[in-house]
Amino acid sequence: MANLFVLQLLNGVQLGVLLFLIAAGLTLVFGIMDVVNLAHGVLYMVGAYFVATFAALTGSFWWGLLLMLPAAIAVGLILEVVVIRRLYARSHLDQVLATFGLVMIANETVKIVWGTSPLSVPTPELLSGSIPLMGPLRYPVYRVGIIVAGLAVALGLFLVINYTRIGMLLRAGATNRAMVSALGVDIGKLFAIVFTLGAVLACFAGALIAPILSVDTGMGESVLILTFVVVVIGGIGSIKGAFLGAILVAVVDTLGGVFGPILLREVLDPSAANQTGRMLAPMLVYILMAVILFAKPAGLFGAKA
Amino acid sequence: MSRLDILNLSKSFGALQVTDNVTLTVEPGEVHAIIGPNGAGKTTLVAQLSGQLKPDAGTVALDGRDITRLSMPDRVRAGLARSFQITQVLPSFTVLENVALAVQARKGSSFRFFAPVATEAALNDAAMRVLDGSGLTERADVPARALSHGEHRHLELALALATDPRVLLLDEPLAGVGGAEADAFVDRLRAMKGRMTMLLIEHDMDAVFALADRVSVLVNGAIIATGAPEDVRSDPQVRAAYLGEEEEAPAC
Amino acid sequence: MTDATAPTPRTAAPAVAPRVKVAMILFAAFALFPLLAFALDDPFLIVIGTRILAYAIAAMALDLILGYGAMVSFGHAAYLGFGTYAVAILSSYGVTDIFAQTLFAVAISAVFAFVTGAISLRTKGVYFIMITLAFGQMAFFFFISLSAYGGDDGYGLSGRSTVLGSNMLENDTTLYYATLVALIALFVLCHRIVASRFGRVLTGIRENPTRMESIGFPPFRYQLTAFVISGCITAVAGVLLANQAQFVSPAFMSWHRSGELIVMVVLGGIGTLSGAIGGAVAALLLEEVLGMMTEHWRLWFGIFLVLMVLFSPRGLTGLFEQIRGRRE
Repeated sequence: MANLFVLQLLNGVQLGVLLFLIAAGLTLVFGIMDVVNLAHGVLYMVGAYFVATFAALTGSFWWGLLLMLPAAIAVGLILEVVVIRRLYARSHLDQVLATFGLVMIANETVKIVWGTSPLSVPTPELLSGSIPLMGPLRYPVYRVGIIVAGLAVALGLFLVINYTRIGMLLRAGATNRAMVSALGVDIGKLFAIVFTLGAVLACFAGALIAPILSVDTGMGESVLILTFVVVVIGGIGSIKGAFLGAILVAVVDTLGGVFGPILLREVLDPSAANQTGRMLAPMLVYILMAVILFAKPAGLFGAKA
Repeated sequence: MSRLDILNLSKSFGALQVTDNVTLTVEPGEVHAIIGPNGAGKTTLVAQLSGQLKPDAGTVALDGRDITRLSMPDRVRAGLARSFQITQVLPSFTVLENVALAVQARKGSSFRFFAPVATEAALNDAAMRVLDGSGLTERADVPARALSHGEHRHLELALALATDPRVLLLDEPLAGVGGAEADAFVDRLRAMKGRMTMLLIEHDMDAVFALADRVSVLVNGAIIATGAPEDVRSDPQVRAAYLGEEEEAPAC
Repeated sequence: MTDATAPTPRTAAPAVAPRVKVAMILFAAFALFPLLAFALDDPFLIVIGTRILAYAIAAMALDLILGYGAMVSFGHAAYLGFGTYAVAILSSYGVTDIFAQTLFAVAISAVFAFVTGAISLRTKGVYFIMITLAFGQMAFFFFISLSAYGGDDGYGLSGRSTVLGSNMLENDTTLYYATLVALIALFVLCHRIVASRFGRVLTGIRENPTRMESIGFPPFRYQLTAFVISGCITAVAGVLLANQAQFVSPAFMSWHRSGELIVMVVLGGIGTLSGAIGGAVAALLLEEVLGMMTEHWRLWFGIFLVLMVLFSPRGLTGLFEQIRGRRE
C-alpha cells in the first residue's frame, strides 16, 4: 500500500509539473491581457506533434526537442499577430468564440497533416530504464526526467518573474494593467512576448509527455480543462498559484482515482465502493475547485475576482 | 436618535488611512454637506455609507438601526439611497424604464415572470411622477444613452429619488454641470429640502452654501470641523486646510 | 412640464415587435418544412429538421442568460446531457412517458444549475466562463463513468418516449411537429420572461450591476434564478434530442457542444431570442453543407468563426445591418 502510494504520488507530481508548464502561460495571458484562450491546449498538442515529427526526421529525441523550440516560437508569434492581438480589446464572449474557432482549425489541420492515427515517440536512450525507489519499487527514469525538467523550468520562471525587468512588468501587469502602460512600456511587444512564452511552455509540456503518451488530436482537450481548473484554483495571473494549483489538482486527480475506491471500501461493500469510486474519481478535481472557490472566489492567490 | 449616526468609522488601504475615525450625526430633514479638498476621502466615505465598501471599524445607523453589515441593496430598501459622481444609468433602457425599474424595487416582488412590465400602469405612473420634477418628462421615451450630460445628472438624481429614500447620499450631483444648468439643479435640490434628509458631497461651494444647513469639513479622512455654514466658513482651521486653497484656485 | 395628473400614453404596448415577427416567420417556415421534405422525398431532412429545432430550444435558453443576463455559460451542454440521460435512465426503468421524463430532466437540471450556478456566480468574467466550463466537464465525466448506461460508448434506446400511453412519436414527422410545438411554447415562455418584471431586472443587471444594487436589487438571486430557468429549458431540448437520435452518449455534453451553443446564439445576434433560433438553423445548416462538401468541415467552420468574430462581432444580424447600412 505504501509502495502504491509513493508510486501514485510521483505520478501525480509528474502530471502536476506538466500542468504547471501549461498553466503558467495561460494564467499570464489571462492575468495580463485578460484574454480567454481556449486554444492553449492546442499548443500542448502541437508541441507533441512537432517533437514526434522532428524526432522521426532526425532519429533523435533530443534534436526533435531542440527543433521543436523555434517551431513553437513561430506558432506562438503567428497566432498572436494574426488572431490573438485583435482580441485584446474585445469582449470575453468574442475571445471565447474566436479561440474556439482556432481549436477547430488546429485539430482539423493536425488531422490533415499528420492523419488520425496516433503517433508514438520512442523514449530517448539516455533516459530509458528505471531507477530503484524503495524496496522492490522502481520508477521510470524518463518520468523522473520530466519532473526534473519541469521543476527546472518552474525555477527559471520564478527567477525571471522575481528578479528581472520583464518579470517586474509581468507582475505589475497581472495586478494593474493600466500601470504598465503608464510606465511607458510597449504593451503590444510585451503581450506578444508573454503569449509566445506561454505557447513555448505549453509546446514544451506536450513534447515532454510525447514519449509516454500516444500523440493524438484529442490530447489537448482534456488537459485544457484541467489547466483551467488549475488557473482558477491558483488565482488568475499568479505563477505561484499556478504551481501549487497544478500540483494539487494533479495529485488529487491521480491519488483519488486509485485510493478513492480503497477508502470507500471502509464504508461501503467492495462492489459499491468500486462503482462509487469510479464515478467520483473523475469529478474530484472539480469538487476541489468548487470547494476552493466557495471559500475564495478569486482562487488561492488571485489578485482580483 | 438622529436620522443617520456615523460612529468612529475607519478605513485604510494599506498604510493609507482614507477614513479616520469619522463620527457624524445627521438630523431628520437636514441637508448636511461634506466638503474637503481632493483626496480627502469623500467618495470613500460615501462608498462606506452606501454599502459599496466595508469599513474596517465603526458603525453606521439609520434611525437607530445598525446598518453597517447590510449590503447596498438592503440599505436602499431600508431607506438609504445614493447618487453617483459618475453617472450610473442603464444605457439601453429608456428614461422611463430606468426610473420604473427603481420604482419596481420597492413595489411588489420582482420574481414575476409572465405579466409584461412595460404596461404596468402603477410603475409607469409612479415613475412619471418622479420624472415630473426633473425636466425629463418630455424625454421619457428616449434611451438613456442618448441623453446629454446635464440630463444624465437629472436622471441620476431621479433614480435615487425613485427608491423613495429617507436619507439621500448625493455624491457630487453637480459634477460637470455648470452655469444656468447648475443653478436650476440647485433649485431642484432646494425644492426637495425637508422632504428627506440629504448628505451632500459637493465641490461647488456656491451650491453647498446655498443648500446646506450644516457643513462638515473632511481633511485627510478626518472631520476637522462641523457647524453652520457661516461658522465653518470663518473657522481658521478650515480656512487654512481647505478654503485657502480654494481661493488660490477658485471653483468654477 | 407636463401635468402630473395627465395619463401617460406610454403604457400602451407596441404592436408586434420586429423580433417576434422574425420568430413568427421562422415558425411558419418550420411548419411548412416537412412539405419540402416530402416533395424532395428525403425523409432524412425531417431528422435534420428535428435536430435543428431541438438545438434552437437550447440556444434560445442559453440566450436567456447570455444575451439578457450577460452570463457566458460555457457548460450548457451538461443540461442537454441531463435531458438525454433522463430519457435513457427512466425508460430503462420502464417509465417511457415524455412528461415524466421531462419532469425528471428539469428537476436534475434545476438542482445542478442551482448548486453550480451559486458557486459560479460568486465570480465574474473569465472566472465565470472557466468555472461553468469545468462544471460542464464534471457532468461529462460523470456520465462517462456511468457504466450501466454504456459509459463512453453511449446507450441505445429501445424506442421513443410515449405521450400519455401513445407511441405516436415513433413517427418522425410527429416528433418533428412535437418538437416545433415545444419550441414555440418555450419561445412564448422566454419572450414573456424577458418582458416581465423579472426580465427587466435581469437586463438591468446586464446593463449596469452597480446601478441595480444602488436602487435595491441584489444581482445574485436574479442571475441565479435565470441560470436555473435556462438550464431547465435546455434539458427539455435534451429530452427531444434523445428521442430524435434514440441514442444517448456523453458526446451530447462535451465542451465542444457548449461552444457550439454559444456560436448559435452569437451567430443569430445575442439578446433577441429569435436570433438564437435563427442562429441554430444557420450553424447546423452550415455544418451539414460543409459536411457534404468536405470531411474536414470543422476546419472551414473554425475559419468562418474566427473571421466572423474579427469582422462582424454582432453575428449575422450585425452583418445584415452592416450591409443594409452601406446600401442606404
